[in-house]
Amino acid sequence: MSLPKELLYSEEHEWVKKEGDKVRIGITDFAQDELGDIVFVELPEVGDEIEADEPFGSVESVKTVSELYAPVSGKVVEVNEELEDSPEFVNESPYEKAWMVVVEPSDDANLDDLLTAEKYEEFIQED
Amino acid sequence: MQELKRTPLFPEYEKYGAKTIDFGGWDLPVQFSSIKHEHEVTRTKAGLFDVSHMGEIVVKGQSSKQFLQKMVTNDVSKLTPNRAQYTVMCYEDGGSVDDFLIYMMEENHYLLVVNAANTEKDYDWLVQHNDFSDVTITNVSDQYVQLALQGPKAEEILQKLTDTDLSEIKFFRFKDDVHFTDIESGALVSRTGYTGEDGFEIYIDAKDGSQLWNAVLEVGKEDGLEPIGLGARDTLRFEANLALYGQELSKDITPIEAGLSFAVKVKKDADFIGKDVLKEQKENGPARKLVGIEMIDKGIPRTGYPVFVGDEEVGFVTSGTQSPTLNKNIGLALVKSELATEGTEVVVQVRKRKLKAIVVPTPFYKRDK
Repeated sequence: MSLPKELLYSEEHEWVKKEGDKVRIGITDFAQDELGDIVFVELPEVGDEIEADEPFGSVESVKTVSELYAPVSGKVVEVNEELEDSPEFVNESPYEKAWMVVVEPSDDANLDDLLTAEKYEEFIQED
Repeated sequence: MQELKRTPLFPEYEKYGAKTIDFGGWDLPVQFSSIKHEHEVTRTKAGLFDVSHMGEIVVKGQSSKQFLQKMVTNDVSKLTPNRAQYTVMCYEDGGSVDDFLIYMMEENHYLLVVNAANTEKDYDWLVQHNDFSDVTITNVSDQYVQLALQGPKAEEILQKLTDTDLSEIKFFRFKDDVHFTDIESGALVSRTGYTGEDGFEIYIDAKDGSQLWNAVLEVGKEDGLEPIGLGARDTLRFEANLALYGQELSKDITPIEAGLSFAVKVKKDADFIGKDVLKEQKENGPARKLVGIEMIDKGIPRTGYPVFVGDEEVGFVTSGTQSPTLNKNIGLALVKSELATEGTEVVVQVRKRKLKAIVVPTPFYKRDK
């Protein structure tokens, strides 16, 4: 199970990477492993506003649909269009090739509620 | 929460890396490696499934044929010993209690293999309608391990373990008391399955189940055999258009609506529960029919999603996924009969979005014979 130290994590199994005043978001290695073969990814469009703890898209495995819950509020400034044709990236490379969106957090956005790699690891072990 | 039931093979799953889930109260493997991979292995080589959760009910007695004729939609009088038959059991209103296989063991002795989640319901329904003092109905589910060996290599693999000539077991026939190398109990072996591939279902004394599971996996290794979970079992049966109770069939869906007319014999020489409604539907056509749909827009149809034409809701999706064999987003949907024509455009409500789809023929997959 890969859990890069430099990332932050949500209890809904998203990872968040700080990049200057923006954040990059995807789903964790744990999440992709739980879901199995990902065959479809539905993402918002550039310019959409997303809200913390609300669904902003979905990933579908062969068997089920799972909502993606936004780890922060903000405006979508970039979307990984490659996932439309290559949803398998989510399984193969959850932290690199399968980044999902880049978000400009809103002024009141709070990253302090997110978990460190250690805390997230504890969280999934308890779960 | 009630504790999940486990089949006698549960301890074996872990060795093969299974991920288990709650499936109707049973702790069963959803996948061993990945659903897509397991699906492909079954289509191109062979897969071994633990389906011991399935229920087995024995019906015996002088009047057992007469009794079953009353209970099920297919014509039980067509069975002879060592043959199996697919049938549906219905309520008075034509809705389905369950769909299952009937094995004729010998005169006055039948084995019903029913859906796991329906076992108790079926048993109660049968007992409740048993007016024959000489007919006994026994739930023997716990006595058996049931394995399914499916795929083009199935016969070749299983043959390595037995002197019984398996090529003699034709489709929907079976042999009882088949012996496998170093395994004490004899097994019932039928050429049946739920994947659209050639293959067998094997019923053996629960105590020898693990031994048989491991023996089959061992001899099949060189042919590419792998253990397969319920996830791929579902995608395999879906592509082959084999009904899943709870989705294509239910107490609110008749076998005629589900496209199972071949298993409803309204002309058989006996009245049966549900006959009036089913006869009417068979003669005049049902108001709803099960159709195949293929998505035109990007999205995957899933169980329960509503189907529209314009603003009118015309039905719902019963099963759907991205077909691993065809790599297309397809589904089965129960819709108004007038729309059940190939090429009809419909709209599927995929969560918040309305996406275009088209009615296509089924089955989605048919193996080369």
